[in-house]
Amino acid sequence: MVDINVIWLTIKLAGVTTGWLLLLGTPLAWWLARGQSRVRTAIEALVALPLILPPTVLGFYLLIAFAPQSALGELWQQLTGSRLAFTFNALVIGSVIYSLPFVVQPLRAAFWQLPESLLEAAAVLGASPLDCWVSVVVPNCRHSFLTAASLGFAHTVGEFGVVLMIGGNIPGETQVLSIALYDRVEALHFNEAHSMAGGLMLFSFIMLYLLYRHGHQQSWRIQS
Amino acid sequence: MNSLHVRLQLQRKSGFQLELDSCIPGTGFSAVYGPSGCGKTSLLYCLAGLIRAGSDSEIRFGEQIWQRGDQFLPTHRRRVGLVFQDARLFPHLSVDGNLAYAEKRRHPATGPSRDQVCEWLQLQNLQGRRSSELSRGQQQRVAIARALLGAPDILLMDEPLANIDLASRSQILGHLERLQRESQLPIVYVSHDMEEIARLADWLLVMQEGRIIAEGPMLDLCSHLQLALAHEEQAAAIVTASVVKQDREYGLTELSLEGQSVTVTTVDAAPGTRMRLRIPARDISLCLNRPEQTSILNVLSARIVEIEATGSSKLLVRLQLGEQYLLARLTRKSIAALRLTPGQQVFAQIKTVALLSHVQS
Repeated sequence: MVDINVIWLTIKLAGVTTGWLLLLGTPLAWWLARGQSRVRTAIEALVALPLILPPTVLGFYLLIAFAPQSALGELWQQLTGSRLAFTFNALVIGSVIYSLPFVVQPLRAAFWQLPESLLEAAAVLGASPLDCWVSVVVPNCRHSFLTAASLGFAHTVGEFGVVLMIGGNIPGETQVLSIALYDRVEALHFNEAHSMAGGLMLFSFIMLYLLYRHGHQQSWRIQS
Repeated sequence: MNSLHVRLQLQRKSGFQLELDSCIPGTGFSAVYGPSGCGKTSLLYCLAGLIRAGSDSEIRFGEQIWQRGDQFLPTHRRRVGLVFQDARLFPHLSVDGNLAYAEKRRHPATGPSRDQVCEWLQLQNLQGRRSSELSRGQQQRVAIARALLGAPDILLMDEPLANIDLASRSQILGHLERLQRESQLPIVYVSHDMEEIARLADWLLVMQEGRIIAEGPMLDLCSHLQLALAHEEQAAAIVTASVVKQDREYGLTELSLEGQSVTVTTVDAAPGTRMRLRIPARDISLCLNRPEQTSILNVLSARIVEIEATGSSKLLVRLQLGEQYLLARLTRKSIAALRLTPGQQVFAQIKTVALLSHVQS
């Protein structure tokens, strides 16, 4: 039987990570799509790095950064009174960095395609920049927000390498589904491994299916 | 009245330069006319605050300062309405949603009601529709209605009829005429189509290569020989006349133009109504004596003010009747044969008179 704590921890990690991703990724994507700065391209490449790097590379650097003697580790210790390495919070930070391109890229594309003319029209009708954002940008990009959130969530559920490097496989704290699966296989508990692997596969398929179906309905509605 | 004072200096990356200093009346219908690329749209965008002109610029609307030195009032606080060339309806909202969007953000809360605006622009049947289902003409009508519902202090229009078929164009022009009569809203209207302008404008700014080359009351300007307007193939004088009486037997209406009688095919209007007429320069011929036994109904006594001094075979003659002007395009040979000179009293035979609009006076 699959440990319910493992599933709950996985969902909690993916949920918290997705929240942070939307919070940080949205302004970042907006800046990448519409900003004028010269460093934009460099930042864009940096954000996309996790797409091509082996997760272990990222995990290795994060492991070093989270160590109690490191600047980040020390700062965290001072601010929160607890260590950062091998904790749930460390996993969240690692996951946010690792899944960032999956959230930023669809949003950046949507913001880039959104015609400036609609924002001008809203401004002329008396909408402040924030109002414009809420009343024009968000509704016109809602499918991309859904895509970004779903991909961020699913990718976090499916991550392995980074978690393995920085999590430390502590049950209830850092042992998520993909790690637990690895654990069971190592221990030759193939039955449990089967239900975990199958469950992950089913979950991922349903998520993508729903996302694509929503996308098709959207484009259908725009055409008709 | 809140007139619009504009002093602009704008240098675009493309090398285009806009430089002008003008005062646009805060009442009635002001048209900005000029060829494409002359800076008409840039002028409008600067007025709306969508483009920020150079720091030497100043834009004032009545007491409000829109731009001066470092001061720059952002678009959403200027209370302007802007109708773009493309309708720019919000695709995620229905027609009603688009109208409500403007109404919700108007400030102050007073202004025309949604029913009133829909009636002006005849949108009653479109309200429940999605904006993507509408034709271009319908979309533009919704865009105009949306701009009006924002209850702006001044309405800017950027060639709103440019991408629209002829039938809807004339329909929308009719709506605009009515709108202007009923709402008293000052309108600045950019166009390169003299027909539209002739029908609606009270005040005219003529632009060329980023500058204003002439500005003043529409009726005066279009008969000025120095302006390119008079030299176009379609050159015409615009005059106003008032209805005197209906001649039911022949299906005609008699108008009075500066005390002289002009007859047009029946217009449904009460005596005393002011009308705007367009008289093409090529449809006027001149006689030294009042012609007798002619089939032409409209013969007006006028005085020659000016004869164009170019060497081409066709010349323009500017005629004065009371306080208004006519233009006549004649061959150089006829002018020589009749020995026409400025100051001379002549009779103008007018072949066609086009009725443009009812004018409020």
